[in-house]
Formats: sequence, C-alpha cells, structure tokens
Amino acid sequence: MFRVRLFFQNTSQFSLHLAILQFLKAYINTTKPIKTMNLAVCLNQVPDTSARIKIAPDGKGIDQAGVTYVINPYDEFALEEALKLKEKFGGVVTVFSVGDDSFQQNIRKALAMGADKAVLIKSPIKDASDVAFVLSEAIKSHFGGIPDAIFLGKESTDFNDAQVGAMLAEIFDVPCVSVVVGLETDGKTAKMEREIEGGKEIVEVAFPFVLTAQKGLNLPRVPNMKGIMAAKTKPIETKEIALASASKSILLNLDKPPQKQPGKIVASASELVKLLHTEAKVI
Amino acid sequence: MPSVLVFIEQRNGQIKRASLESLSKGAELAQGGKVVAVLIGSNIKALADGLGKYGATKVCVFENESLARYAPTAFAKLVVKVTKEESATVVLLASTAMGKDLAPRLGARLGAGVVSDAIDLKEQNGKLVAKRYAYSGKAIATVVLESEIKIFSIRPNSFPINDSHAGTAEVVVSNYNPETAELRDVVKEIVASAGKLDVAEADIVVSGGRGLRDPNGEGKQNWENLERLAQTLGGAVGASRAVVDAHWRPHSEQVGQTGKVISPKLYIACGISGAVQHLAGMSSSKVIVAINKDKDAPIFQVADYGIVGTAEEILPQLIEEFKKVMSHN
Repeated sequence: MFRVRLFFQNTSQFSLHLAILQFLKAYINTTKPIKTMNLAVCLNQVPDTSARIKIAPDGKGIDQAGVTYVINPYDEFALEEALKLKEKFGGVVTVFSVGDDSFQQNIRKALAMGADKAVLIKSPIKDASDVAFVLSEAIKSHFGGIPDAIFLGKESTDFNDAQVGAMLAEIFDVPCVSVVVGLETDGKTAKMEREIEGGKEIVEVAFPFVLTAQKGLNLPRVPNMKGIMAAKTKPIETKEIALASASKSILLNLDKPPQKQPGKIVASASELVKLLHTEAKVI
Repeated sequence: MPSVLVFIEQRNGQIKRASLESLSKGAELAQGGKVVAVLIGSNIKALADGLGKYGATKVCVFENESLARYAPTAFAKLVVKVTKEESATVVLLASTAMGKDLAPRLGARLGAGVVSDAIDLKEQNGKLVAKRYAYSGKAIATVVLESEIKIFSIRPNSFPINDSHAGTAEVVVSNYNPETAELRDVVKEIVASAGKLDVAEADIVVSGGRGLRDPNGEGKQNWENLERLAQTLGGAVGASRAVVDAHWRPHSEQVGQTGKVISPKLYIACGISGAVQHLAGMSSSKVIVAINKDKDAPIFQVADYGIVGTAEEILPQLIEEFKKVMSHN
C-alpha cells in the first residue's frame, strides 16, 4: 500500500486513474476466482485397511461381522484435491456415491471435510462398468452435462479394479489422467504428474477432465468441529438408477489366499544364503 | 479357438518383459488360432520381428513421432481399431501403469468387460476363468466375463515367458498420424527416478521397515546397506507404510494395501513387523525372507526363511554372503 501511495503522488491525474485501475485489476486477479467451478468427487467406502478379511459362507462376499467401513483412502486424496481447487477458484464440490444407506456416515464425513452436497445412488451394480454407467447418469442429470472436473481415487481398496475413472472419462469423452501425484492449474488447463514404473509422466490437459488420485497427491484434512456441525445440514439426495445393460463381469467366488506355513528360522546369514541358493533356488 | 490380441508395451524402444508374459499367455489361449500383437510408438518397427517366437502370428505396428510417449486417447483408438478388424475376442495387456490405464478405456469403447491384474487365466468348460486378488491381497476372486469381447490385464511375474514358437509373424507397419484431439492427453515428458528399478517390476525386492530406524540419524548405515543389498541382488528397494508415512522413503516404494501389491521371486523384509496391510501387499511373493529382532513378529508367519536379529548385524553379513554366491554363478 505504501509503495502505491508514493506512486500516486508522482503522477498526473490521468495516469493516477490508470494506476488505480491497474492496481484493482491485479488485485482482483490474485484474489477473485477466474471462474467458479463445479467439481464432482466419486466416493466409495471400503473395509478399514487394518481389517482382517473373512470370507462369507456363500463364498461371494466378505463376512461383515466386526468390519468397519471407511472412505476409500484414495478417494480421500481425490476429495482433498477437489476441496483445494474449490478454495482456489470458488465453486461447489458434490460427492457421488453408489451404495446403500450404510454410506451415509462416510458421506457425512466428506461433507464435514468441506464438500457441499452429496448424491447417493442406489443401483444393483455388479462391476466397474456398471458403476461408471450409473455415476455418469447421476452426474449428467445433476449438472445437466459434465462438471468442470471429476475426481476419483486411483482404485478402491476392496476390488482394486482401477477402472471406473477411465471408463467415466470415455463416457463423457474427456481426458482422464490416472494415478496422479501432482496437480497444478490456472483454471483453464491442468498440469499433472502421474506415477509410472520408476518415474513420473507429465501430462497437460484442458478442463473438463477426470483425475484419479494416488497417495502422495496431498494430505487429506481432518474434519474440524465447525465442519462436522455444518455437515449436519448439508443435503444428501438419494436416487435410484437402473442399469441399461447386463453386468459384464461375474464373480464366481471369493477365497482366502493359500495360507503360507511358517518357514524355517535359520541361525546365520551364510546358512540363509545357502538355502536360497540350493533349496529355494531363487538366486 | 479365440482370436487373441495382445497390446505390447515398449518404453524407449525396449519391450516390457510383462508384455512378453502376456503374449506367451495369449498364444497359449489361442490354441493355434490368430495372435495379433499391437505395437505403438516412434522408431519401433525393428521390435516387431522378434515377437513371432513368443507366439504372435501378426504384428500391427503404428509409428509416428507424436506417439513416442503414451497418448491414452490415440492408443485406445488404435487398439480398438485392430481388435475390430481382426475380430479379436480376447484382449490381453500387462498390468503396468500403461496397461492399467489403457484397459478400462478399451472396455468402455468395446463394450467389453475388463478383469484387472489377473494372476491366473485358463479355459474351463469353454469359459475363460480368471483369478485376481481382491481386498488388496487379502482375498482371491474368481471371475468370468460375459461380454463378447473380454479384456484381461495381467499382473507382471504371473506367467512364464515362452519363446519357443517356431513361426514368424506377419508384420504390418503403418505410419499413423493422429488427429489433434487424439493427443489431448499425450504425455509431455517423463521424469525418471534415475536408474531405479520399480518394486512392481523387480524380480527381487528388499524392503525396509521401521526397524531400520531413522535414515537421517541412527539408521543411516542400515538404509545404505539395504540399498547395497538390493544392488548386489539386482533388485529393487521397497518400504513399509510406516517408513513412507514418516517420509523416510518415497511412496513409490511402498509395498502393501495403500502401496503396491507385488509378487516377486524373492522378497526380503528387514525390520518390518508384518502388519496386515503390509502382508496383503507381498504374501504372494514366491519366496519370502524375514529379518526381525522380534521372534514373535507376524512377518515370520508368512516367511519361508527367517533370521532373528537386527538390521545392524544381519545386513552387512547378508551382502557379503550373497556376493560370494553371486560371484560363483
């Protein structure tokens, strides 16, 4: 402010007006949003990562006893990134989940973190293509088209398919960048870093886009008391969406991985290396 | 007799070993039928000739300077084009960063079901039955696809490479000039972590946990030794979640439920107690070695061989012993 005032004193009336105008313009550019954004975050819930998984007697699912469900960790990175964009550019973050009423609690947590509203979709989904289809239908009808960006985790830690993000992008015919660990954007294009074997790929895409988040992208915030209180009155809309075609993937059964027998405890490094060489034959 | 298409991934003119595993599997599934390999890139047509011995009967090469790096939209379009032209009903890809990204795009475009990260794939009563891990390694799912075209991405190190096919493949090279829209998501630049082998691709992985202690303090020597051990064995360094969360090691090295789920030939866990979420990421390794000072650590429950001891004493001895054996080989 001090420098500006000095500058004014040394200028004529006309250039003073010009200077004020330029200053205001610069001020607006740094603080006001270029464009407020409609941001969609797709959120799944999964058994807590420390949960021991037991197979249900029918062999088609897991035993729910004692399993607590949390927001899929990768979806939390996706949500955090959307919230950061909202803070930078202004806008609305809408959460989309496909599931039953047990999702309400985790959706409330997402609202407490800062999402504005949520849509819970009930649908008899069986595979990733089903999920991508019903999400696209819900997103289309909510926004009347595609929002500015769609954020998902790189995969869910239950079925680890890593398919929904790219499938959604194909349905909307927009770019998808998967396994993202870095995002920089001016609101028009987005420069992203995606993790690959032994390095990173740099990709630059225009809005709108789909992003799937990898650990390392950010550190998700923990909801504070104010957020938790505010979340109580934020709207969760529920809707039912039917599938348009038969599911493509059929789960025949779910098994426990073969249990390994505890092995030999050996006394020395030389004995270990000998066994790896002669018995296990891996070196 | 299905017609099989295999997407062959190459980076810097080097075909991924995992793609050769997929191709070998594809030739097995085709049972003497058509096996079409698709190769996309810049200056790569020389790579096509070598694919016959892995079972390819035809290789479609698409060359253009603009395709030197991965361009998801263009790549998806080309693989879909060949799938349709060749009436392929089975599409295989290696489940690498590129394959995992490409497979669902193909699924959406072809209206095909996709199985990600298959660890087993065989024909049973006329159906292709795949097995894959679910719940990040804590369960195994058996799945079939009902769509006409079936896409499988295959976990690296799951199937052997078979290079004993006698036939030579017909090679068709096209210069493909993609439209601007097809390059909307092309990779601009690759930043490599210099000379590092990735944990997901390595045959041998040597992982460190909290037991190795702070690399910026008392654990400095341990981590150096761990890296030396990996180097001696030609393997990659892995890490537990605890040490990644403490910023001791990069996330790209994390093995476990929120890291990488891997199946190397040899996995050496040093100073890792073996939390459920870590075990989920490495229990499918062929041979597991655990080094831990706590004889009751859960890691010993899944280990084939264990040594009770600290990293300080065991790691230097191991390096010496491995060096001796390796120099005899």
